[in-house]
Amino acid sequence: MAMRVDRRRALATLAASFGTLPLAGCDLFSQNPTVQHVLDSAESLTKHAQRLLLSRQALAREFTEADVSPQFRANGSTDPDDDAYQVLAESGFKDWRLRVDGLVERPLQLSLGDLRALPSRTQITRHDCVEGWSCIGKWTGVPLNIVLQHADLKPNAKYIVFYCADSPDQFLDASEKYYESIDLIDAFHPQTILAYDMNGAPLDMPYGAPLRVRVERQLGYKMAKYIMRIEAVESFQHIAGGHGSYWADRNYEWYAGI
Amino acid sequence: MQLRIAATDRAKRPVIIYRHSALIRLTHWVGVVCVTLLLLSGLQIFNAHPALYLGQVSDFGHPIASIGAGQKDARQIGITKIFDYSFNTTGFLGLSGPSSDDQHAFPSWLALPGYQDLAAGRRWHFFFAWLLLVDALTYLIYSIVSGHLWRNLVPSVPQLRHVGSSIRDHLRLRFPRGEEASHYNILQQLFYLVILFIVLPLLVVTGLTMSPALDAAFPFLVDALGGRQTARTIHFICALTLVCFAIIHVLMVLLSGVWNNMRSMITGWYVIKPEFHRHGDAS
Repeated sequence: MAMRVDRRRALATLAASFGTLPLAGCDLFSQNPTVQHVLDSAESLTKHAQRLLLSRQALAREFTEADVSPQFRANGSTDPDDDAYQVLAESGFKDWRLRVDGLVERPLQLSLGDLRALPSRTQITRHDCVEGWSCIGKWTGVPLNIVLQHADLKPNAKYIVFYCADSPDQFLDASEKYYESIDLIDAFHPQTILAYDMNGAPLDMPYGAPLRVRVERQLGYKMAKYIMRIEAVESFQHIAGGHGSYWADRNYEWYAGI
Repeated sequence: MQLRIAATDRAKRPVIIYRHSALIRLTHWVGVVCVTLLLLSGLQIFNAHPALYLGQVSDFGHPIASIGAGQKDARQIGITKIFDYSFNTTGFLGLSGPSSDDQHAFPSWLALPGYQDLAAGRRWHFFFAWLLLVDALTYLIYSIVSGHLWRNLVPSVPQLRHVGSSIRDHLRLRFPRGEEASHYNILQQLFYLVILFIVLPLLVVTGLTMSPALDAAFPFLVDALGGRQTARTIHFICALTLVCFAIIHVLMVLLSGVWNNMRSMITGWYVIKPEFHRHGDAS
């Protein structure tokens, strides 16, 4: 009888330690650099597999006016804590200029009027957030490839970097500004636009006024808001954390196709 | 009379058979690891937006199911809503403990990693999704080529007639013995086929249709599933189905001879005891 109780206690102890050990172990594992490195290998596999399946020009599904979500969730920053930006916003962004520079033959300074004078594209698309939700919105803007053709990329340009006015972590790290980058396949995709209108009206501040990019075949965090500057680069390793995007510096995938 | 039966029983020695080939055993255990880590990291991902919807988009005001924390009588409680029904799930879902860190949809002890970290959860999820795909394809190709699929998994018509009696036997915890224990019974066959050819493929397809890139490549898939948010909901339901399957599976393993079953899935060897005679057992 005593043996039985002991066995029961031993089993209970065993069960309890099985309950907690793997979990503590998993958290340690999650933070282990080697484990992280192994897990990260899935990203390039995903990117290559998706690029293989996805023709360069394949368009994201476009919807109709009736499908537009009545309530479009605004994620990340909704009111950038940046003095220069707020001054520009007060005057309706009439003094805002988009700088296009880096590996280009002709650096540009474009006002909202300049951008609106360029050919535009309107698309009603589904916005998929990394958190799991989706909304449909109507976006109007100038295709990025038109701006890049005006600026004339140098042959060694490989990525387009978007520098933004907002710092999502306004409490902890106000110095770290949002930024994103895409490769030239996405930069020259017909649906990649610099959007200035949403649902037929100029972008509201929560959605990225005065200008945000739409990269319709990737997740929402790639679609940088509050764009101040676009730079063509050969590599993004020297920028901020070196992973090519604010969220990629925080362990999210740079390629956000899933 | 009794003596004679006892004598014949003694003559019947246990037979040791080779029940699972090495590749079946390997793909089984790799699959166990993958599915476990996919589930735990999946719950971490779900915690980033713990609500499910139908259609292409999220109707934030009317999710078909959601998990969250709320107030009741000036106290924090965990609330799980399914359609119009609300359940107080304090202690498990929505609110698992007294601290603000316990305000996750699924408790931290069920999430990978335990702390809130969507980026890390995604890293684990996609890595093991790839590994599971390789594992499942290896199993599938092997099963077709070796004949395992037709020989052992697909039931014959006479076997199908035994569904009713097999359910009765399982409920009474009477498991096949003797020669019958050397192959899958009809309930096992149907269970495994549903998991292998319906639930797992549906998990993969609904997972893929949550990808904006693949939706651009194969728009018909997400439409066929009823939209991205419906696909996400189906993904979640399939994961729950898999959990139920795993619970029943482990329960059956425990009840029908845990060491014999474990030995056969680890080493391949399974002991078949001689036919059991109730009347001859009096001695």
